[in-house]
Amino acid sequence: MSKHNPGGVQLDKSFTDRVISVITYVVYAIFAFVCVFPFYYIFINSISANNLSERGKVILYPIGIHFQNYINVTKIPGLLNAAKISVLRTVVGTALTVIVAGFLGYMFTRQTLWKRKFWYRFVVVTMYFNAGIIPWYLTMDKLGLTNNFWGYIFPTIIQPFYIILCKTFCESVPQELQDAGEIDGAGTLRIFFSIMLPVIKPILATIAIFAAVAQWNSFQDTLLLMTSTDKYNTLQYVLFQYINQANSLKALISSTTSSSNLAATLARAATATSVRMTVTVVVVLPVMMVYPFFQRFFTKGIMIGAVKG
Amino acid sequence: MQIDPKKARSYREFLYILPFILLVAVFSYFPLYGWIYAFHDYQPPKPITAETFVGLKWFTYIVSNPVRTADVLRVLRNTFAISGISLFFSWFPMIFAVFLNEIKCKPYQKFVQTVTTLPNFISWVLVFSIAFNVFGSNGAVNSVLTDMGVISKPISFLKSKDHLWFKMWLWLTWKNAGWAAIMYLAAITGIDEQMIEAARVDGATRMQIIRHIIIPSILPTYFVIVMLNIASFLNNGMEQYYVFQNDFNRKYIEVLDLYVYNYARSSIKNYPLSTAISMLKSIVSVALLAGTNAVSKLIRGESFI
Repeated sequence: MSKHNPGGVQLDKSFTDRVISVITYVVYAIFAFVCVFPFYYIFINSISANNLSERGKVILYPIGIHFQNYINVTKIPGLLNAAKISVLRTVVGTALTVIVAGFLGYMFTRQTLWKRKFWYRFVVVTMYFNAGIIPWYLTMDKLGLTNNFWGYIFPTIIQPFYIILCKTFCESVPQELQDAGEIDGAGTLRIFFSIMLPVIKPILATIAIFAAVAQWNSFQDTLLLMTSTDKYNTLQYVLFQYINQANSLKALISSTTSSSNLAATLARAATATSVRMTVTVVVVLPVMMVYPFFQRFFTKGIMIGAVKG
Repeated sequence: MQIDPKKARSYREFLYILPFILLVAVFSYFPLYGWIYAFHDYQPPKPITAETFVGLKWFTYIVSNPVRTADVLRVLRNTFAISGISLFFSWFPMIFAVFLNEIKCKPYQKFVQTVTTLPNFISWVLVFSIAFNVFGSNGAVNSVLTDMGVISKPISFLKSKDHLWFKMWLWLTWKNAGWAAIMYLAAITGIDEQMIEAARVDGATRMQIIRHIIIPSILPTYFVIVMLNIASFLNNGMEQYYVFQNDFNRKYIEVLDLYVYNYARSSIKNYPLSTAISMLKSIVSVALLAGTNAVSKLIRGESFI
């Protein structure tokens, strides 16, 4: 076909375009499958007959559906407490992080603040260095924050990224709003709580969701700080223990099942696998539940990773 | 005595933020003081005194003690390998975004984006749990392969050092690629639609549009990502490697951050040496950050910090 025949060129072009389309659709279907299937797999196993799931026989759909596993895990010593700690640190940590980020973001826009620029940099520059885990641990130890619930909270309150986001947002709010408050005699704090706080709610919501997920997912601080007590183990931490210490898990399970359920059939008695899968679902679930609300914050959220101070 | 009301207010406002400044000082700045442990023969819980001061002993120890030297070189090799693979494949999220953008069926595009971003929001412990449940000896993969007769006994994917660095990259990508792609998708949306339309009218194919318009337009974003990647070359973090480590792969999975932790926790309890290593790491990291930032200023005329 000569190059002067536009119809021929057109045909060729649309053909390769279509091939590209088909390949793209298939490849992304594979990506999507790879991302979804593990969650689905673990979920169907957690509600299937335990003797089958333990031997890897439940692959595509649940077999012998029951929900006993979710009742069984509540009887494992320490698990309910871990759930309580996880929820508590998420709620307290998020609330403090958000309100402080909003307040400092606002304060750093106040032209009247003494040495404003210096203190702003003083806070923001901490994003770029890190003393290392041992000096950090020794500091926490000195402050009495090891083996202490507040060890989860205090170090996480100040998040420079979030403060930058709030400051940028506050700067976009018309100055007249604050001026009006000032004329009416409101002080610095009054302006924040009565005028700015309601206005900056959208950015606070974004931060709240990211901070909550970070708190919920946190694992390393339990590992580093809670060295001589189980009291403050989080769900993430106990899940990791269950995966790594199959033997001690078996002991835990036998202590829960032997007494409680005489009629427990083979399909319903807790196994190491069933406990692992069920706890995994429990730990994933809260993230999954807030995930739909997340999405509209994505583009703003990605800024959290690549923001300019 | 008359106090200037403006000044008074400016100090009062400082008082409002003072508690938070103190938090920053205590949790971010004060730990830096802990670096002095690297210059002492520190044996917790005994406090450090003038007598325990040993100067640069622990720093020279790293190079003078053959066992430590070998250890540190091994850990550096792992760090360089794992960060190197990430850097080498850093184009992946960009290409992922470019072709995702080519999907014309919007609901499908949205669906793919939604599900591939999800893993970013789960913890490494959950990623490991998934790995354990799907790739373990009774997991989906082994049981399907056995049923199909491909293998006769389960493969221990997790308890092996084979292709470990690449596997670590795969997990990292599984977790982060969808999220990282969002930034590129945002950059692509910013491209002038008229430019693409003009190219199409001129007879450009889709691949040509991608090559000559879309990719050049998002390269600046990619450039920043590469710079950030280089800046954090030594900072792999320890969480991913901590959860995936076991006796079979430990020699290959220990990156600097994990090594510092493992070494401090080991029976030796050598806090000073661990501190010395992490101190060197921090200094090199800050230098890398400053360096890449300078390069960025030079090339793009814009810094990223």
